[in-house]
Amino acid sequence: MSCVRVLVGTRKGAFILTADGRRNRWEVSGPHFAGLEIYHAKGSPVDPDRIYASQVSDWFGQQIQRSNDGGTTWEPVGNEFKYDGTPGTHQWYDGTQHPWEFKRVWHLEPSLNDPDTVYAGIEDAGLFKTTDGGRTWQEFPGLRAAKGHLWQPGAGGMCLHTIILDPSNPQRIFVAISAAGAFRTDDGGATWKPITHGLKSAYEIPDPKADVGHCVHHVAMHPSRPGVLFMQKHWDVMRSDNAGEMWYEVSGNLPSDFGFPIEIHAHEPETIYVVPIKSDSEHFPPDGKLRVYRSRTGGNEWEALSNGLPQEHCYVNVLRDAMAVDSLDSCGIYFGTTGGQVYVSADSGDSWKAIVHDLPAVLSVEVQTLP
Amino acid sequence: MIRVVLPYHLRTLARVEGEVELEIEGPPTLRAVLDALEARYPMLRGSIREHGTLHRRPFVRFFACKEDLSHEPADTLLPDDVSSGAEPFLIVGAMAGG
Repeated sequence: MSCVRVLVGTRKGAFILTADGRRNRWEVSGPHFAGLEIYHAKGSPVDPDRIYASQVSDWFGQQIQRSNDGGTTWEPVGNEFKYDGTPGTHQWYDGTQHPWEFKRVWHLEPSLNDPDTVYAGIEDAGLFKTTDGGRTWQEFPGLRAAKGHLWQPGAGGMCLHTIILDPSNPQRIFVAISAAGAFRTDDGGATWKPITHGLKSAYEIPDPKADVGHCVHHVAMHPSRPGVLFMQKHWDVMRSDNAGEMWYEVSGNLPSDFGFPIEIHAHEPETIYVVPIKSDSEHFPPDGKLRVYRSRTGGNEWEALSNGLPQEHCYVNVLRDAMAVDSLDSCGIYFGTTGGQVYVSADSGDSWKAIVHDLPAVLSVEVQTLP
Repeated sequence: MIRVVLPYHLRTLARVEGEVELEIEGPPTLRAVLDALEARYPMLRGSIREHGTLHRRPFVRFFACKEDLSHEPADTLLPDDVSSGAEPFLIVGAMAGG
């Protein structure tokens, strides 16, 4: 029988949650790297026991941890993320230009076909790649050439948090950067362009339709339809049917179109999930009710999913990388909260159950479907 | 022989227990002891000093013989009691406050 392994990154370590395909009874291991922030952990699609994790400490800096045995044991690999050439500058809070400075790795995206190749999204925003299992990392400097001097950090930091590899075209990669926007390369990373046409960010940036500066929170793509993208922007849930060339809004009847994660059902590419958050001033669910919203129509028409989720006095948040789907026949949906709960739905969102209640604040959730 | 005490997270990272003992060639300066430490435990590179600049990370402190050496130049000689092994060189995670 198939099983699932959920990789949870938290403010105080990593946890690994495992269950068989019924997803009823869970084993919890961890904390791994106790006391340290794990921004993200993700396994290789071609070698699921090869897992990479981003370990961050305000005191002792960045480590990339690698496991070759499914998370039982780990070893530190390379942690030097050196911008290519002279890093240059970007816009700073006070209107001056500020040098690019490495702070942390937000997201690790293993290659679709090589367990030694991984992409890393970092703060200050940049995209790096290793081809030697994490020992050394090289930047794609062409990304910061896409008007990087105009990028300006938001309150959460200028982080590259989303990396999407196109399974149908190895030359095409999508990335998204907080307070900078979404970008695409069609030549393997040499050159990049903003893909923000159709985004409108009134009250967030001076020109609501500018090329760069949009606060993109997350982007999702179903592997069967690599030209269709869904985006949770700071405000607005957006959709593109042409690989980001043009976006249109699909927020529809959501109670709030502010939020962080967005995910797609494993077998239904028109079924998408978001977690509405009341506003950018409050960062908690509307009315203190934790509800996932599902659209089976690719957006615009949304239904609240609340069965098993707290419906009173709930003031947690769900961060951008803290939602994932498995690929079992009955698609499982997972998300973690800043209150330390990790929820699972084994029936595409119809009902939910907490796997764990009291972890540290959850930063990221990934799930592996294993034979 | 110089004795170095690492903070908890760096002992875990380097997979050591207790103190680390290092032999230093040449004058026992701050830089020399950190160079020797990173040569023995390459996984510590970037965790005490920044890559490239080799500047001390902001929330790391160097103590020895009840003195704070954190702000001393890298060529500063360590106290005689540290050089002789009578006293340890302490690498400390700064207090978080609160």
